[in-house]
Amino acid sequence: MSVLTDQIVIGPASHSHQSVRLLLRNPVAIAAITFLGIVTLVCIGAPVTAPFDPLHQDLERVLSGPTAHNLLGTDTLGRDVLSRLIYGGRRSLLSVLEGVVVVTALGVPMGLAAGYTGGWVDRVVGKFAETIMAVPALIIVLVVLAVLPQNEDAAMISFGLLGIPAILRVVRSATLRVREDLYVAAARVSGLNHVQIVKRHIFPHVWGPVIVQASLFAAYALLFETGIAYLGLTADPSTPTWGGMVAEASTVIQRQAWLLVPSGTLIAVTILAFGLLGDAIRDAVVIGEGGLARRAPTSVVTKPDRAGDIAEPLNGRSGLVLRVRDLWVSTTSSAAETPIVDRVGFDVYAGETLGIIGESGCGKSVTALAVLRLLPQGLGVTGGQVYWQGDDLLSMTERLFDELRGSSVAYVSQEPQSSLDPAFTVGSQLVELIRHHQRVSRRKAWSSAIALLRQVELQNPDQVARTYAHELSGGMAQRVAIAFALVGRPKLLIADEPTTALDVTVQAEILGLLRRLQRETGMALILITHNWGVIADICDRAVVMYAGQIVEKSGIREMFHKPLHPYTLGLLKSHPSLAEPRSRLSSIPGSVPSPGSWPPACRFSPRCRFVADECLKGPIPLIDVEPGHSSRCIRVDQIFAKASA
Amino acid sequence: MSPETPVLSVEHLSVRYRRGRRISNALDDVSFEVQPGETVGLVGESGSGKSTAAKAILGLVPVYAGFIYFFGTDIAHLPFKERRKTYRQMQIVFQDPYSSMNPTRTIGNTLSEPLEAFGERDHKARRDRVYEMLERVHLPPSAANRYPWQFSGGQRQRIAIARALMLSPRLLILDEAVSSLDLSVQAQVLNLLQELQEASALSYVFISHDLGVVRHICDRVVVLYRGRVMESGPALFVSGRNSAHPYTYTLNEAVPVPDPDAQQARRSVARSVTSPPSDTTKIGDEQCVFAPRCPWNQPRCWRERPLLRPAYPNGVVACHRYPEWQSEIARPEPLDAHVLPAPKRR
Repeated sequence: MSVLTDQIVIGPASHSHQSVRLLLRNPVAIAAITFLGIVTLVCIGAPVTAPFDPLHQDLERVLSGPTAHNLLGTDTLGRDVLSRLIYGGRRSLLSVLEGVVVVTALGVPMGLAAGYTGGWVDRVVGKFAETIMAVPALIIVLVVLAVLPQNEDAAMISFGLLGIPAILRVVRSATLRVREDLYVAAARVSGLNHVQIVKRHIFPHVWGPVIVQASLFAAYALLFETGIAYLGLTADPSTPTWGGMVAEASTVIQRQAWLLVPSGTLIAVTILAFGLLGDAIRDAVVIGEGGLARRAPTSVVTKPDRAGDIAEPLNGRSGLVLRVRDLWVSTTSSAAETPIVDRVGFDVYAGETLGIIGESGCGKSVTALAVLRLLPQGLGVTGGQVYWQGDDLLSMTERLFDELRGSSVAYVSQEPQSSLDPAFTVGSQLVELIRHHQRVSRRKAWSSAIALLRQVELQNPDQVARTYAHELSGGMAQRVAIAFALVGRPKLLIADEPTTALDVTVQAEILGLLRRLQRETGMALILITHNWGVIADICDRAVVMYAGQIVEKSGIREMFHKPLHPYTLGLLKSHPSLAEPRSRLSSIPGSVPSPGSWPPACRFSPRCRFVADECLKGPIPLIDVEPGHSSRCIRVDQIFAKASA
Repeated sequence: MSPETPVLSVEHLSVRYRRGRRISNALDDVSFEVQPGETVGLVGESGSGKSTAAKAILGLVPVYAGFIYFFGTDIAHLPFKERRKTYRQMQIVFQDPYSSMNPTRTIGNTLSEPLEAFGERDHKARRDRVYEMLERVHLPPSAANRYPWQFSGGQRQRIAIARALMLSPRLLILDEAVSSLDLSVQAQVLNLLQELQEASALSYVFISHDLGVVRHICDRVVVLYRGRVMESGPALFVSGRNSAHPYTYTLNEAVPVPDPDAQQARRSVARSVTSPPSDTTKIGDEQCVFAPRCPWNQPRCWRERPLLRPAYPNGVVACHRYPEWQSEIARPEPLDAHVLPAPKRR
C-alpha cells in the first residue's frame, strides 16, 4: 500500500494577478493611468472643478493668453479656455466611452462565437468583418450625421460599429488558440455546455488582448471625435468641444498662436496616454503568461574548492576524455544561492557510453548544460572543475571554448526540431556549419552534408537536405540533429534524452545509430535518460542522480544486478516489466524534493524504506563500496548484505 | 462471449480526416469490446489512430461510419446535447497534466465543475465530494484551494484522475495518462488506477505506446497501425513473444528491457525494424498497410487486404502469413549486426 505524502510548492500568485502587478511596476503605465484618471475625474466634476461658466463671455479679455485670472487664457469671445476644456472633455470622453462600449459589446461576442464555433458561423462573421472593413468609415459617419444632424451619439455608435472587425479578429484568433487546449476538451467531457465553457475557460484568456484593443480603439475614437468636432459636424459652435476649440484656434492662429496650445496638447497627450496604456497592458499580459527563458553564456563564479569526491582511480584505463570534479551549479538570480547540482564528479573515457539516469528535477540536464557552458540565465557554476584533456573548461575564455564546443564536444537535445532554424533548409544550415569548421567551397560542403545525412541512415539524403525542419518527422529530425553534431567530428557527444519523444521502433533505430557511430568514430557518449531500458541497451557505465547528487555510480551490469543504493533499487523495481502483470508495482512513496527543500542529511531519507537514525545525522558521502562501484548510502552493508552474500 | 452487456462496444468504426483535398483514414473499420471491470489497451506508434479512437468514443471527432455502443445504446450518431449525458458515465484522463487544467482556476473549481454541469446545486455537497475524491487520490484537502502550477506532474495527473472520477463513471479512457510521468510516479499512478478499479468495477480503455506498461495493466490489447486493427487478444499473448502479427512483434522487440544481458541478446537478434514511412507514402485500401515495413511480406500482401481471423485463444490477427511467418524469425546472431536483407519493395 503506497502512502503518498505530498508537499505543495508555493509560488507566485496566479496569472491575472501577476499581469496586474507587472502593469503597476511599469512607470509608463502608471503615468498613463494617472493622467487619464485625473482628466476623467476633472471632466466628470466639471461644475465643481471648472473656474468659470464655459459660455460666459467677457469681451474685455479676448485672446488674453495665460493670466492669473484665466490660467490657460481666453478665446475669441473672452471665454475661459480651461473651463471650456473641462466641459468639452465631458463630451469627448463620453464619445470615447460610447465607441469603446459598442465595439467591445458587439465585437467580443462575435469573435468568441466565430472562434469557438468555427464552421459556417465563422465564415459568416468573417464575411461580415471583411465587408465592414471595405467601407470607408468617415463617409458612413458623415451620412449618419446628414440624416441625424449634430447627433454625436449616433456618430460615435456608428464609428464603434465600424471598428468591430479589428477587435473581432483579435478575439477570434485568441479563442482559436485556447480552443485547442486540452482543458477545453476536458471541460466538454465534464459535461459543461458551450456557454459555460466559453465563460470559464475561453474568456479568461481573451480579456487581455481585448483590453489592449479597447485601449488602442479609445485612442482612435478620441482622434475621430475631435476630428468631426473640428469640422463642426457635431455641435453648435458655442458648445465647448475639444475639436471645436482647435477649429476656433486655427482661425486666429496669426493673432494668438497660444490658443492652439491647450486644446491641441490635451488631445495629443490623451491619445498618447491611451496608446501607451494599451502597449503597457500588452507587455504585462504577454510576460504574465510566461516570459521567455533565454539562454546566455554561463557566468562562472569560481569559489574555493569544497570537500570533494573521492578521487576516481584510473583503473589502468587510458583515453580519459572528460573529467568532472565537484561540480556545483546554483541559482544566481535570487539573493540566496540555491544549489541545483551538488558536487557531481565523473570521468568519461574514449569510446565508452556513460548513462546519467534519474527522475526529472534531479539535475541531470543541468549537469550536461554546465559542462557545455550552456546554462540558462539564472543558473551559474559555483564551484568545481571540468577537465578536457588537462584544461579546465570552466575557466577557459569564451573564444577558446567556442572553438572546442561543436568541434570536440557536441550536444543533441530532446527536441531536435527546436535546434533547427525553420526558415532555412536542412542542407543549407548544414553547409553553413561545415563551412564554419572547414574552409571548403559551397559545393564541397554540400556533398559532405549529403554524406553526413547518409551516415545517419537517412534514406533519401538529397531530398532531406532540401526540406525544412517542420517537414521532418521526429525520428528524422533527431537523425538530422545527430548529423549536425557530427560535423566537427566530436570526441564527446552529450545526448540529453535523445529518444524520449520518439516511438519505440524509432528509438531502437536511433540507439542503433549512436552505437554504430561510436564504433566507427571512437567518440565517447554521455546519454541522459530516465529509461532503464535505454541504459541497459547502450551504456557501459551509469551514474544515478537524486536531488542534485550522484547517489550511485557503477558499471551497468553491477547496477542492474546488484544496486547499492535504495533509490536505484526503488527506481528499478518501479519498472513495470520487472513486476508480475496486474500486481502492485513497488513504487517509491512521495516525490523528488525540489532544489532548496533538500533534506539536510540523507536526501533520500524521507522516501527510503530502510531509513535509520544514523541516516539523519549529517550529509552522506559517496563511498566506494567495491572497486568501480560507489554508493551514497551509509547503511549499504546492512541493507544489501543479502545481495552481496 | 460474456453474459453481461459490455460497457463499450465499438463496431466497424471509421473516422476520416480531410486535409485539403486528401482524405486520410484515421480509423478504418475498428472493432473492440470493453467488459465491466476490464482494462483494454490500445497500442500503436504515433499516427496509428489510438488517440482518434478515444476522441471518437467521447464524441470529440465526427464518426464517418460504424457504431459505438455504450451499455447497448449506439452513441456514435447522437447530437452533442444527448451525448453530454453520457459523460456522467464516461470520462477521460489526458496525457499532458499541464495543459489539461485551466491555469486560472483552482483545483477545487476544476474538480467541482463536472458536478455543476450535471446540476448539483448544493455547494456543501460539491465541496464534500471534492474532498472525498482528493483523499482517494491521496492528496490533502488543502489542495482544493491551490492552482494547477503549484503541483508536480504526478500530482496533477492524480488530480486529473480525480476530476474524471467526480461523477463516478463506469468507463475511464486513459490517453497516454502515465507516459509523461517519471518512473516512480508512474508506478504510483498505475497502482492508484488498479486500486480504484478494484474498489468499483471501473472499466479502462488504456491508450499507450509503452508495451511494458500495457502488459502490466491490461487484460486485453488492441494493436493499431495506420488506423487498422493489426491484432487483438489477451495481453499475455499480444504483448508477449507469441504475438501473432509481425507489427506487434516489431513493437515488442523494439522496447529495450531493463537488463543489460537480456537486452544485448535481443539486440543481436536480427533487426527487422524499419522506420514508419512518411505520411505521404501512398498506401492503397486493398493491401496490408504494414506490408511496406514488413520483413515477411509476400506479393499477396500488396494486393489483398488481410481480414481479421482467429489466432490463439480469444484473439484475432490481420495477417495473411500468420502463423507461418513466426517460423521465419531469425535466430540470434553472435554479433550485433544487421543481417536481415532490407525489406522487399515493390
